[in-house]
Amino acid sequence: MRLTWWKITAIVLLVYAVIGGLLLPVPELSQLGETIRNLYYHVCMWFAMMILFTISIAQSIKYLRTGLIEHDIKASSYAGVGTYLGLLGYATGAIWASFTWADPNNPAFASFGSIMREPKLIGAAIALLIYGAYFILRSSITDMDQRARVSAVYNIFAYAMLFPSIWIIPRLLPSLHPGQEGNPALNFNDIDARMRMVFYPAVIGWAFLGIWIATLKIRHKILLEQKWFAHEK
Amino acid sequence: MKNKLIAFIVSMGIFGAKAQGSTTNDTMASLMRSNGKIYVVVAVVLTILLGLIAYLIRLDRKISKLEKES
Repeated sequence: MRLTWWKITAIVLLVYAVIGGLLLPVPELSQLGETIRNLYYHVCMWFAMMILFTISIAQSIKYLRTGLIEHDIKASSYAGVGTYLGLLGYATGAIWASFTWADPNNPAFASFGSIMREPKLIGAAIALLIYGAYFILRSSITDMDQRARVSAVYNIFAYAMLFPSIWIIPRLLPSLHPGQEGNPALNFNDIDARMRMVFYPAVIGWAFLGIWIATLKIRHKILLEQKWFAHEK
Repeated sequence: MKNKLIAFIVSMGIFGAKAQGSTTNDTMASLMRSNGKIYVVVAVVLTILLGLIAYLIRLDRKISKLEKES
């Protein structure tokens, strides 16, 4: 068991994110109410996803430079956990939106049909589908080196597509989703100081948890590879 | 494995005993009932989080053991 400093940091920060996130005071806003606390969980999923995808593309570039299969294993594992966190972010966003944007009990709110046309939701769905295609592409090629090379190149394309689909296009169109005029969660003047105290540690905690799960996947896959090669000899 | 099972059963017994004896007004019970009972939610979410982390640590240990063997 390798219980390194960052695994302990992840545990401590996540325990803090749950206790502090549920108990510490937050600004009172009419439409959000206590759901503003979702910033510590829903938004963190997307931040952690972005961090994991960044590690994944770095490993893909490393693979293309060195040709070591180890980097391909790392790239696909980080992309897998990142996609999973993105799906969790999507699911939690759907729950959040159904009580703050499109509550059928409140006639002042938007309808479900109109929130389905949210550019941010469509952009996030496109980004996740592009990463979904990454895994389909990988599993469709049986030759190991070819699979690694093709999927490394595709991974760079998928990462590049994140920027128009979740960062640029949603900001050019009108949207209910926050984040129109910049980065509301990152901007020091925009996010409440009390929330910053929990939000930033929570992002680091969730990202480290994602990295932890990915490293377990990587070590498992490397073990399988070794077993396979031992069997071949 | 057997020891772990026994430890689990014993700890469940302790939790059960605590749940039944919670009518007494000790500080823990009054804390759990204050402020719209939000502390109960904190306890539940923490239990799930720590359970998941314990699972991850167990997986990590198992993989480390396999790595040593190979």
